[in-house]
Amino acid sequence: MTNPVQTLSKSLTVNDNPFMKPVEWLSLLLLAGVILVVLPLALDAFRLNLVGKYLTYAFVALGLVICWGYAGILSLGQGVFFGLGGYCMAMYLKLEASSVENTKIQSTPGIPDFMDWNQITALPWFWTPFKSLPLTLLLVIAVPVAFAFIISVAMFKRRVGGTYFAIITQAIAAILTILIVGQQGFTGGINGITDLRTLNGWDIRTDHAKFILYFVNGGLLIGCILLAQYVKKSKLGRILVAMRDKEDRVRFSGYSVAGFKVFAFCLAAAFAAIGGAMFTLQVGFMSPSFVGIVPSIEMVIYAAVGGRLSLFGAVWGTLLVNFAKTSFSESFPDLWLFGLGALFIAVVLAFPNGLAGIWREHIEPRLTRRAKSLRPPEPIAVPRGVPHGAPAE
Amino acid sequence: MNASILPAALTGAEPAPAPQQDFLLAVEGLTVSFDGFKAVNDVSFYVDPDEIRVIIGPNGAGKTTVLDLICGRTKASAGSIKYKGQELTKLSESAIVQAGVGRKFQTPSIYDDLTVFENLEISFPRGRSVFGALTFKRDAEVRDRIEEIASLIFLKDRLRERAEFLSHGQKQWLEIGMLLIQDPELLMLDEPVAGMSVGERIKTAELLNQIIKGRSVLVIEHDMKFVEDIAHRVTVLHQGKVLSEGSMERVQSDPRVIEVYLGH
Repeated sequence: MTNPVQTLSKSLTVNDNPFMKPVEWLSLLLLAGVILVVLPLALDAFRLNLVGKYLTYAFVALGLVICWGYAGILSLGQGVFFGLGGYCMAMYLKLEASSVENTKIQSTPGIPDFMDWNQITALPWFWTPFKSLPLTLLLVIAVPVAFAFIISVAMFKRRVGGTYFAIITQAIAAILTILIVGQQGFTGGINGITDLRTLNGWDIRTDHAKFILYFVNGGLLIGCILLAQYVKKSKLGRILVAMRDKEDRVRFSGYSVAGFKVFAFCLAAAFAAIGGAMFTLQVGFMSPSFVGIVPSIEMVIYAAVGGRLSLFGAVWGTLLVNFAKTSFSESFPDLWLFGLGALFIAVVLAFPNGLAGIWREHIEPRLTRRAKSLRPPEPIAVPRGVPHGAPAE
Repeated sequence: MNASILPAALTGAEPAPAPQQDFLLAVEGLTVSFDGFKAVNDVSFYVDPDEIRVIIGPNGAGKTTVLDLICGRTKASAGSIKYKGQELTKLSESAIVQAGVGRKFQTPSIYDDLTVFENLEISFPRGRSVFGALTFKRDAEVRDRIEEIASLIFLKDRLRERAEFLSHGQKQWLEIGMLLIQDPELLMLDEPVAGMSVGERIKTAELLNQIIKGRSVLVIEHDMKFVEDIAHRVTVLHQGKVLSEGSMERVQSDPRVIEVYLGH
């Protein structure tokens, strides 16, 4: 037997904390291949746009992996940030579509049509920043993150956590929906902001534009996965896991626990906001039905089905649930919600780590066994029953 | 007041300097009440640099509460806790840790989902801000220090294992190691040998004797054999008050202590 101390110091000198393990690179390659090559080749323009819409939810699921899976903060209000990001984008597009020329039949030309219908005669102050595209792109992220920051600082500094936090996020989702619906003159009300046409003069309604937006969306998603992977791999990622486990121990190791929770929640909000903005661009409208409680909970189910600890799992889970939703609700519209509920219960009871867990526990071991049996036997027999670094007792 | 609470240096012939500055920790008039019940009632004691102080007392005497108060987990109703002249009662928990006070909990409090290495790494005193943690590099200094601590706590060949697979005693050592890597000047241990086998106890006493160099240790312990082995001085708490204080022999022969604690 080799000296354990020797093997240990040797193994410590190699990079034991790579950015991504080989299997993770493969997963990324597979996902990128399917999203950026296979689906665009296989699907028609309508279906591809539909997948693009699903993938905007994957941003939210990705944020939930960090926030819920890693940091243990369950948010039932991610629709709020998805919606805010989407609304910021929609406000810019709406202003561009409401040029004086396009709206000359209104009593006040140059303002969005729904404002005119609600007897508003001047553009409200909070709409003015959205005349500028660079400012809009900044605000798409900044507004939801600032909102998430305020909520999370208020909650986590007071050490509100767990179920209470989840309930409060849900209440915020409900409040924001009511606010948007109620302030019809400023927000477009229950119909949302519709009839969006161009982005800086580029018509987003054509098939060609939708095709390009699909790839922009896919690219941003891969970028967010890599960013999330960086966070997960950094010491911050391990602190989030440690906090989920023993919050007090982290606190008494000299960390301000609230700060780390705020970071995780704001990162999840930023991801959701990017998804929301891409949703508006690809689908062509934004409405309060993507802000409320039901969409927020559906987004948690995507992450749960995919596996709340797996970044790639979250994306696959989102795609799978949405494909199921589309095909089921086309044939049995009344049964879909029951199906979704049943799916959630099944995942929680039988597969707590979702698709990623099934892959890791059942499929991957089989594949490695298969791969090993195909390879020629190793020249040196490794003694059986004495695993490497066997426990001392 | 009892003369024995003064550090030996002050009772000798040396010219007495301003006392506060010589104590590492000065607890004065510390009181906390929970809904009118005074769990800790006007407790005062002083810990010297490099001293091992053991707090003993029957269940419910307020021992753990005293540690909770020092590390900021519980806020004091009255009194002061001065650490190197700095008032701790107004600091946040993380600021108290950063000032140099480390705390071990009664039940082993480690991160089950992380490896032993990662457990120690999180306690390494660098990159404690959000940005610092994002950009933290696992460099040679970190690795060397973790290996050094791991061999001290008898876990050198288990660094890559998930901490949940350690035995109870090993978990206790790991938590002690997590504190050591912070290099606190004041180390507070709540029942470090509870639930340990005899062999583990001996190793723990040996470990504690090794790690006290250059720091003070405040220990809560019930195991009197263990207390005799390590204590420089002993403080006896009873019903939230200091009942007796001094060397082990002194405390053991105190009739009040025998009556409420050691007698049965």
